[in-house]
Amino acid sequence: MAEVEYRNVTKRYPNGVVALDDFNLTVADGEFVILVGPSGCGKSTALRLLAGLDKPTSGDIRVGGTAVTKQGPGERDIAMVFQNYALYPHMSVYKNLAYGLRQRKTPKAEIDRRVREIGDILGIIELLDRKPAQLSGGQRQRVAMGRALVREPQAFLLDEPLSNLDAKLRGQVRAELKRIHQRLGITSIYVTHDQVEAMTLADRICVMNQGEIQQLGSPQEIYDRPANSFVAGFMGSPAMNLVPATISAGQVLLGGHALRPAPEGHPDVVVGIRPECLEIAPEGQPGIQVTVDFHEPLGSHALVHCLVGDESVGVTEHSRDGIVVQAGPDVSPAPGQRLTLTAEPRHIYLFDAGTGIALAEDQRERVIASRAETTQ
Amino acid sequence: MMATLRLRRPSAWHLVLIPLTFILMVPLIWMLITSLETEAETRQFPPVLLPASPQWTNYPDALAAAPFVRFMANSAVVAIIVVVANLVLCSVAGYAFARLKFLGRGALFGVLMATLMVPFQVTMIPEFLIVKWFGTHVWDQLGIDHLGALVMPNLATAFGIFLLRQFFLTIPVELEEAARIDGTSRLGVLFKIVLPLSLPAMATLAALTFLDSWNSFLWPLIVINTESNMTLPLGLTTFQGSHDTKWELLMAGNVFSLLPMLLVFFAAQRYFVRSVAATGLKG
Repeated sequence: MAEVEYRNVTKRYPNGVVALDDFNLTVADGEFVILVGPSGCGKSTALRLLAGLDKPTSGDIRVGGTAVTKQGPGERDIAMVFQNYALYPHMSVYKNLAYGLRQRKTPKAEIDRRVREIGDILGIIELLDRKPAQLSGGQRQRVAMGRALVREPQAFLLDEPLSNLDAKLRGQVRAELKRIHQRLGITSIYVTHDQVEAMTLADRICVMNQGEIQQLGSPQEIYDRPANSFVAGFMGSPAMNLVPATISAGQVLLGGHALRPAPEGHPDVVVGIRPECLEIAPEGQPGIQVTVDFHEPLGSHALVHCLVGDESVGVTEHSRDGIVVQAGPDVSPAPGQRLTLTAEPRHIYLFDAGTGIALAEDQRERVIASRAETTQ
Repeated sequence: MMATLRLRRPSAWHLVLIPLTFILMVPLIWMLITSLETEAETRQFPPVLLPASPQWTNYPDALAAAPFVRFMANSAVVAIIVVVANLVLCSVAGYAFARLKFLGRGALFGVLMATLMVPFQVTMIPEFLIVKWFGTHVWDQLGIDHLGALVMPNLATAFGIFLLRQFFLTIPVELEEAARIDGTSRLGVLFKIVLPLSLPAMATLAALTFLDSWNSFLWPLIVINTESNMTLPLGLTTFQGSHDTKWELLMAGNVFSLLPMLLVFFAAQRYFVRSVAATGLKG
């Protein structure tokens, strides 16, 4: 186990695409870091560079303090779980698990001991004689993890390991992954585009877009204090509402309602409010005026999709922005119904419309403080 | 009842396929019949379809008429060396074209493919001169009239490289990446991961190369003069004089030379259809 460090790593492909741009990240020994972002954001490239499958255009990668940039993938003592598992189809599960150890000339008895130990941890001991084709998706996934873990590598890389599993199995394996990491404490770097996996598994999340780190922090930090509108929109389910607001008389207006004082020096702002932080106010109260578009009941709660404003505040039908409210299960407004929404000022985020950078950081500090109070 | 269950349901295709199969079988059946006839019967017209008394002695006679065992041994030596060399060289070259990134890979592959379109008659004479040059300068005065001259030009073929490259491209690259992370060298990846998964393609290449080498006639005819260096197709010409052909002995010799090919075909047949590559992936 070891610390992993990216220093000013840039990866430019021959066709000119910059997959990673001056990437800096240090993963502490035993830490579980998740790289998350949309397709093509450079997260998989970061993983492949660390594994040695691609070479960086510039910059340095260190594992346990040693520069590995010039080493081949086999010399780095790193293990990787692939999205499609990449189990060797012509070998039994036992041989799949033992393969890496045999390549490293580990004594036979030691191989046998380790294969059985990891088989025991992952509950695949009875599958050792089978071929990969005879396993279910979940079993293959566990064998793939076992093959990586059995080598006791310096770092453990996972490239969207759960994306080929069905939803139910994904939840189970996610929990299992967390348990295994707690038990073995291997430095892990995990790539996913699923923000639920990121929130539940990570010690720290690294949100990426277009080859750059957007924000690096603990899951709660990223949820509470998104650095910009990209992070705000990406993390959280359902996604945060991001609605362009108008500024009038020093106030930020949304749906005809003054939300809060306008920040100085930012003529165009985007308001961000999470669906779970919006409430439907009783009629006649001041608030954001919306019209119901449609409604999705989800059992435990419902999502009400609304359009901001109405004709009375001078918004035309076609230019109206959508906003989603998470409401109780018993709420079932009819399409076209007018509603008034409210949110506590501390739950209202402001972003610069041009740069996307979060504004009024003082507000966010208040969220953290109030959360700290309630937990004490 | 059982018979109808076991047989495939007849389809309209059978109306085409059964006559076609028969047409393809006719020369083989005729060869078998002729090999059992007397010399007089082979010359009759219309042809004799059932020999009055099968001349089984044609077989030992044919074997005695020429050193067939020697021909067969020569054919086997050439075919086996060519097959093994093709499997090794074409897989290494095909792998390089499929997975290694090197300058001019596309252009080189294009040139290689273009050579497939050049007929043998065009390259025959330069090939002869090159092999002869090797025979006089590199292999110590062997000249051209030796088995090495049959082997050398066929050690690797553009077709074999192409066939294996195409197959290697279908093997998921993650398998190779996983093996490399597990500490396998590039060559190790080829031999431990890629080739075991390429058995169908390797078997196809082996069978085709074997057949090609076994049946090869024109090139051996050009380079071989000494009887002891002849391969089977050349040896069979012994029965074909300029004025007189001993058909019954020629056909007996043909049956004899056909047997090894049938064995190769039956041994490798199951690989022609089966593919095992993609089974370790996904759920």
